[in-house]
Amino acid sequence: MTNASDIHDALAETLDNEAITGSNFEATDPWIEVAPGSIVAACEFLRDDPGLLFDHLNNLCGVDYLQPDPKKAKTFEHKPHVEVVYHLSSFVLKHRITLKVCLPRWADDVEGDIPACPSVSGVWAAADWHEREAYDLVGIRFTAHPNLRRILCPEDWDGHPLRKDYEFPLEYHGIRGQ
Amino acid sequence: MTTELQDPRIVEYDVRTDEMLVNMGPQHPSTHGVLRLLLRTDGEIVNEVTPHLGYLHRCAEKIGENLTTPQWIPYTDRMDYLAGMNMNLGLALTVEKLLKIELPEKAQVLRVLIAELGRIASHLVGMGAYGLDLGSFSPFLWAFREREIILDLFEEVCGARLTYSYITPGGVTHDLPVEIHLPPGLASLTGQPADTTVSWTEALLQFLNWLEPRIEEYHTLLTRNQIFIKRTAGLGILSPEMAKSYGCTGPVLRGSGIDWDLRRDGEQIYTKMYEGYEFEIPVAPFDAAPPEAVCGDNWCRFYVRMMEVVQSIGLVRQAIGKYATAEGEYRETFKMATKLPVDECYLETECPRGQMGFYLVGDGSSEPFRARAKSSCFCNLAVTGPLSQGFLLADIPAVVGSLDVVMGEIDR
Repeated sequence: MTNASDIHDALAETLDNEAITGSNFEATDPWIEVAPGSIVAACEFLRDDPGLLFDHLNNLCGVDYLQPDPKKAKTFEHKPHVEVVYHLSSFVLKHRITLKVCLPRWADDVEGDIPACPSVSGVWAAADWHEREAYDLVGIRFTAHPNLRRILCPEDWDGHPLRKDYEFPLEYHGIRGQ
Repeated sequence: MTTELQDPRIVEYDVRTDEMLVNMGPQHPSTHGVLRLLLRTDGEIVNEVTPHLGYLHRCAEKIGENLTTPQWIPYTDRMDYLAGMNMNLGLALTVEKLLKIELPEKAQVLRVLIAELGRIASHLVGMGAYGLDLGSFSPFLWAFREREIILDLFEEVCGARLTYSYITPGGVTHDLPVEIHLPPGLASLTGQPADTTVSWTEALLQFLNWLEPRIEEYHTLLTRNQIFIKRTAGLGILSPEMAKSYGCTGPVLRGSGIDWDLRRDGEQIYTKMYEGYEFEIPVAPFDAAPPEAVCGDNWCRFYVRMMEVVQSIGLVRQAIGKYATAEGEYRETFKMATKLPVDECYLETECPRGQMGFYLVGDGSSEPFRARAKSSCFCNLAVTGPLSQGFLLADIPAVVGSLDVVMGEIDR
């Protein structure tokens, strides 16, 4: 068992200075925020380091931090962004950690251009399908992914349903919505 | 022009057939729901398997963002519809972890009792349907006969047979009923009059006493059946490294020889429920394995499930004993519109098919800002492709069946 701050220190020692962009050890699940460019190196280190051995990717998902409801937006603490969340654990050492990667909602602020994040499917094969799901539902382009296609929605579906500003289609192949 | 062959047997191996794309599913019974496998076949040999999913996608995560957490419970029933109780438990515990709620002892005992009974019911289907995949019909009927009684008992507890919504944040919805009519199936099997009234726990005990010796019958029907062994042992070998990399969990992981069960190794809020219970975690390789079986093959995954049924029977018995003396109420007050804190949490629980995870992000309102359900079968199914390369077409159902996937959970 290693606690989150020790994992943070081990990561900080190996990665570049600007690789770790934030952390919270007081949260229910302590998390470390990693820069998009360093996520693959961070994951490989966490998996292979003999003192950490994070050999299990429990979950990988995207979260769209945008509060479209003007009432709730007043108390909403986050700036609009998209997050990729990685939940890792180790079968051998029985510890857990959460990694986060923050991305802009749209690449270069062009609405409709989904942001890119390096794929970790080379580190854990489990990430392959999870990243396809995050691409499909949240709209994150995982670069260097071997097969980035939609997985749950049909291939010709428009938009990414878990985006907070997603608009439900009125029609799909002659099937009326609403 | 004639060609002379030195060895006529060569012809058999030399005949090249055109590669053909075959769709297996989505309406094929042995794909366990609406799963479509796109097979690239060369004659009888399958060169590539590509699973296509999403036919049962019901937008559960998007719906979850618009409901309060107790309102989302019924949607979890419909994820793994063969183990609704275990799905309810996963979400309920995640909410409690986020809100840091402690439950009374009685609620925890009831949860263990119900969840383990759900595990037995689910594994019975897994076992019976796997026999059906391989062409043996009787175990399927036998398994459903037993499951029927469990469903009758669940119906007495919460009124539903499949979509229970019984375990909710704060505890469970009802206490166990005091007096019930003996489930008709159990009455006829044990030769009692149909109108016998007993207490719920007594009916359950009678059922367990009846079920326990039947396990041996399943072993003779399937586990030690020579045809079954020929179809499963040594086939679909999943190495421990691959199981870890693909994020396989549950019986699939333990069938590959990794000793890991969240009931023992999970987070404190979950393992606390199982403190004071004695149970073993069956892990491959097994002494009872036939000589053909290899650690990580179809047979091992099947046998892990069979052994887990035995362990769950023991756990249910212990829970019945604890229920008699358990203190506190069966539930804490939990308001429908309880506000979630500005925090996030992820929790996995050991469901019959693997580790089901829920991830909730709260923003101070009663609806979660993000509700994510991570499915165990989703990861387990991902190994189908690499696992069944180069197999005979007829062995594909044997491999997919041994993973015991439920599409409702994969597509959510």
